[in-house]
Amino acid sequence: MNGMTHVTVTINNERHDVKVEPRMLAADFLRDELGLTGTHVGCEHGVCGACTILLNGASVRSCLLLAIQLDGAEIQTVEGLGGVREMHRIQAAFREHHALQCGFCTPGFLMTVHDILGRLPLRSDEEIRDALSGNICRCTGYDHIVKAVRSLVTERDKVTNQ
Amino acid sequence: MKPASFEYVRPETLNDAVRALDHDDAKIIAGGQSLVPMMNFRLVQPERLVDINRIEALTPIVQTDSGVRVGALTRHVEAECHPLLKEHFPIISEAMACVAHVAIRNRGTIAGSLCHADPSAEWPLLLIVLNGEIEILGGAGSRMVTPNEFFLAPLMTEIAETELVTGVHFPLPPFSCGMAFEEVSWRAGDFAVVAAAALVSIKRDRFAEVRLALGGVFDTPVRATALEEGLVGQSANLDEIEAVVSLAAKDLEPNDDPHASAGYRLSLVPVLARRVLARALERAAS
Repeated sequence: MNGMTHVTVTINNERHDVKVEPRMLAADFLRDELGLTGTHVGCEHGVCGACTILLNGASVRSCLLLAIQLDGAEIQTVEGLGGVREMHRIQAAFREHHALQCGFCTPGFLMTVHDILGRLPLRSDEEIRDALSGNICRCTGYDHIVKAVRSLVTERDKVTNQ
Repeated sequence: MKPASFEYVRPETLNDAVRALDHDDAKIIAGGQSLVPMMNFRLVQPERLVDINRIEALTPIVQTDSGVRVGALTRHVEAECHPLLKEHFPIISEAMACVAHVAIRNRGTIAGSLCHADPSAEWPLLLIVLNGEIEILGGAGSRMVTPNEFFLAPLMTEIAETELVTGVHFPLPPFSCGMAFEEVSWRAGDFAVVAAAALVSIKRDRFAEVRLALGGVFDTPVRATALEEGLVGQSANLDEIEAVVSLAAKDLEPNDDPHASAGYRLSLVPVLARRVLARALERAAS
């Protein structure tokens, strides 16, 4: 398979049948082929976390995945969370707590938070910071991001404790 | 910052994988968390990329007569959470929490880390402290390799380009044993400057077996044999650990690099050795 190869992938609940070159990165595929530019590309070598997406529910770097490897997978990008009119509760918490400044890192943070909120206890701010350590915010607005996540954890644990 | 062109092959069986690797310039992709950055930088430009992610035989974690076999494609997060590994080798979960970040742990694999052979990485150290063995498959069949045979130098192993790692065997640890892992890194998730892993077992209040493995201080992870020999047979207490802890750095000649000087690395060795041995002792006693 050197040339264009067929890939079937479900992205934000929508099925796509497309042809890709094997060397195309998943991040470039989402942005350049599908126009889903909410996924941001920062470092292109797995360090900054801006391109984080959900692959079958787990957060992964889309710059370290090949588009061809998405075949058969369920992908969620920031566009699948919600939009301006109908924000996901994670997005709403980020807005409420001023957890973004320039916004470049935000899509990656949102997808990471989606993953960690679903499966980690996140009992302390230290645990939240550790779980977020793979995402870099160059505006250094970490305090507000941690506050947003803390509020989401509080909301989540109230629900699960009932 | 984009990979060069390659031929992509996605075998679904081990036989097909071995056939796909019978090529002049083939490279295996598992999690891709070290390989894809190198491909993006074009430090690696394989002609053929063999994606082993669909080979089901590489995924299970199973109990065997002598221990636990961990499939090559086991992701770091799966190893961190697996009940069988938590029960017999709690040190794995402790160490996995230090591997990079959540998104990397979701994707990276045990075999990928071992084959990448970074001397500061967690899996090579765990393999050494747990006396693990690597199962390798090639055209000539399957073979088992010890870590001493496997790790040759930074980023170099003895596996042939036509072979693949299929699994890792961890023998059950001795009775009355405790284990501990700790590393020093500049930021959460960075590669360790120095990492240490210890396993001790106690018999009649004396150290029956002591294993101390160190990463980041040599071309490959190493066992601190002088310290181990000095501690076996001694009373199992903190004073005896303190008496031998300086032996942990014996014969080590780490390199200077931009992350840390050789001197700083050497100064970390007894500190980490003391901490992991003390914690392993406490866990063995309880």
